Amino acid sequence: MKVAVIQFLGSNCDLDSVWALRQIGVTTDLVYYKDFEEIYYKYDGILIPGGFSWGDYLRAGVIAANTSCMKLVCELSESDVPILGICNGFQILTEAGLLPGALIRNDSLSFICKWVTISVESKKSVFTKDLVIKSQLKMPIAHGEGRFATDDLNKLYKNNQVVFKYLGENPNGSMDAIAGVTNLNGNVLGLMPHPERASDNIIGGKDGLKILKYFLT
Amino acid sequence: MNNFNEVEEGMISVMHSEHCSYKSSRPILKAFSQIKSKRVLIGLEQDAGVVDIGDGYVVVFKIESHNHPSSIEPFHGAATGIGGIIRDILCMGVRPILLLDPLRFGSLEKPHNRWLMKEVVGGIVNYGNCSGIPTLGGDIEFDESFDTNCLVNVACVGVGKVENIKPSQVKDVGDLLILVGTTGRDGIHGVTFASRVITEESEADRPAVQIGDPFAKKVLIEATLEAIETGFVNGLKDLGGGGLTCATSEMAGAAEKGVEIHLEKVPLREENLSPYEIMISESQERMLFCVAPSGKEAISKILDKYNLSYACIGHVTDTGRVLVFNNGTKVADLPAKLLSDPPVIHRTSSKPKIREISTSNVYAADLPILIEKKLYSLLESGNIASRRWIYTHYDHEVGVRTILKPNVCDVAVLRILGTKKAIAVKSFGNSVQTYLSPYDGAAGAVAEACRYVASVGAKPVAMSNCCNYGSPENPEVFWEFSESVRGMVDACKVLDTPCTGGNVSFYNEDEENGIIIKPSPVVVILGVLEDQTKAVSMNFKNPDDSIIAIGNTVTRLDLQREKKTIDMIVELIDKRLLTASIPCSRGGLGVSVAKMCISGDVSALIRIPLIPSYDHMNEYELLFDESHSRFMVSASEDNTAEIIKFTKQKEIPARIIGKTNNSQELAFVGNFSNTLDTIRFHLPDLKEKWEKTFPSMLG
Repeated sequence: MKVAVIQFLGSNCDLDSVWALRQIGVTTDLVYYKDFEEIYYKYDGILIPGGFSWGDYLRAGVIAANTSCMKLVCELSESDVPILGICNGFQILTEAGLLPGALIRNDSLSFICKWVTISVESKKSVFTKDLVIKSQLKMPIAHGEGRFATDDLNKLYKNNQVVFKYLGENPNGSMDAIAGVTNLNGNVLGLMPHPERASDNIIGGKDGLKILKYFLT
Repeated sequence: MNNFNEVEEGMISVMHSEHCSYKSSRPILKAFSQIKSKRVLIGLEQDAGVVDIGDGYVVVFKIESHNHPSSIEPFHGAATGIGGIIRDILCMGVRPILLLDPLRFGSLEKPHNRWLMKEVVGGIVNYGNCSGIPTLGGDIEFDESFDTNCLVNVACVGVGKVENIKPSQVKDVGDLLILVGTTGRDGIHGVTFASRVITEESEADRPAVQIGDPFAKKVLIEATLEAIETGFVNGLKDLGGGGLTCATSEMAGAAEKGVEIHLEKVPLREENLSPYEIMISESQERMLFCVAPSGKEAISKILDKYNLSYACIGHVTDTGRVLVFNNGTKVADLPAKLLSDPPVIHRTSSKPKIREISTSNVYAADLPILIEKKLYSLLESGNIASRRWIYTHYDHEVGVRTILKPNVCDVAVLRILGTKKAIAVKSFGNSVQTYLSPYDGAAGAVAEACRYVASVGAKPVAMSNCCNYGSPENPEVFWEFSESVRGMVDACKVLDTPCTGGNVSFYNEDEENGIIIKPSPVVVILGVLEDQTKAVSMNFKNPDDSIIAIGNTVTRLDLQREKKTIDMIVELIDKRLLTASIPCSRGGLGVSVAKMCISGDVSALIRIPLIPSYDHMNEYELLFDESHSRFMVSASEDNTAEIIKFTKQKEIPARIIGKTNNSQELAFVGNFSNTLDTIRFHLPDLKEKWEKTFPSMLG
């Protein structure tokens, strides 16, 4: 499929995501958020990259979530377009109401950048349908507001929406160590770890490709 | 005698400040320009040096200080320091890809210093992470002379295509000057504040510290790079110290041209700024573009796209003057050269009394106990302890270039996307050694930074430095400065690392308590690795590897020997013969081997008497002496013989001094007063000591 990596003002993993996708042969364009509304029809998949959209000044992701670009992304999600939100992208998707829960300040109250191991907990997401339950993926996290919180954990479990959990140490105090969730339909996935930073052995590993390669289908 | 008006006086005072004019340091720094290299495309004359790394790519890098603002307002001081150095790199036309933060504080036993360090790191986290540039490869030192004046140096590295390099000067008469960003009252007289000693009244200078906006910076980076791609930008310069005055006069002066600007067009972030304030404001996140008239529309379109405030504020003239109008009234008219080429001051220098730091004698009988205590105390000391607390707060992964991670490598090693190459960058300084002997300490800093870079397999190719000292009006301080520059020049010559630029920060002293900082030249070395897959980290990888000490333990730095040793290490790594490599740095060989064990979770047995040395040294000295020109490496048993043969060919002393194992124990065997003994360290204990210092001090 052809993928749009949406660049908001302040996105900073946009080029990294484009690089990782192109490395594995996904046809990928970097699309400025204002331009997306004019050319959205060209794309079969959407990646919302990490960074600090609008500086995360009001609350992480909230300004991007209220752009007309994201309103369009919401509509596209209802027509089954696969959408992957990474880090700030995950925060934007929860702020836009496409994913359940919220991402609040890390329990340490500080930014954390380190490699973590996450386990696959659900195959409900299109991005994990071919992965083995409880299999482990190594990739880096880099965030100050990645602590997942929700007021209805049971519902998420009941609907199989908890896709990734941190293994071992819970780096940010997330509820039940949740690192990624999907929507009810399974076409929208958000996670705090960075699969695009685990896309090549020379930079530490390529487990991230196991998620990104869905865009190759 | 000219009569200058208020605006003109303000402009001259800013440009002739020590911080902007280098009036005291220029005559001394001139010595750097004698070192040439084919790789250096643009050297000392521009905002940042440009180094050719081959395949059509260039690297631009520079180090700067933000000491004064950070001592008063550490969070924003550190943040805007990053902002400034990013713009210096960006204005050469390349994408910034790496930040390094060399820091110097007083003892963390004092609450004030803990506060300073937390705020400084917080400022770097806030600004660096948001700007999308990874931070790693810096260094940190603690010394009581930094109690009031902490040092916050910042370095930035950019990479780009050689054809996109832009000079920081105007080009053709009639070119338009487009000012991007808004101007406010922040940072007024920042450079004059930075050209004074800190006193009790310095708190009142808080408004001289700028406030940074990393989000605006990120947007400015993208917009600038996109604007350069259009081909219409003929030159650009960031607005940093000295603000609009500095940008216009230096861009005009460098091209032997003039400029005419109209202040009523400058986008303001608050009302009623006087012409004086507009000309010297140091508001952050601004850039001045010199644009061909035919490109106005294309550039405007890009700036509009990114929601940036901008205005065409004037044009380039052939008058050689900076002509400033406000609502049609002339408010300043000065020769650009008067501003951009201020006169120099020849300061007097005088050699201080011999300096010594007391050391206690050690007795052979106590050696095993002393060694045990010493290794623990070194690993715990702020100058050596694990930097994990710092680097986990920095985003050191963004950019997908980071090959070696900070838990296994003290050097920043980044791949250059689209090529097979990687660059290795390290900052280093040793203020105690420089205090004892400015010449040797500064030359040693260059050597040591080169050694770090070589330890991963990169060839050192260029250097940038930040000279941090007390007041140049004090002859002894000026002697320290001159001597350390002489040391760096000599080292750069022999090690083939020309200086491509840098910064001088004087007046780092505390008038109240009469404390002058120890002389602290901080050196950044850029290295190039032709094959990124060959980079080697410091962690031991396997049990049963040979541990080889390379280089003799001797007292004095010998630059020729340093060069030979560095070249040999780079060759050994190029031949893929090493499994781990680390330079012997702070804490000597003992600390080096402990770090290799801890970071690799592999243990080792070391036979101390085998450590190569010229002089007769006891076991304690062999382990902890901080001699230059030494590396610790490991290699598979199969490759060991070839390595030793190679070192013999190169006439560099090297010995196999031990082996790695799985015992969870670092053991040192030695002969202590004719009794053979083994000093054993439980690896998890070493790790705990090494890791705990910063978390326990800073929470």
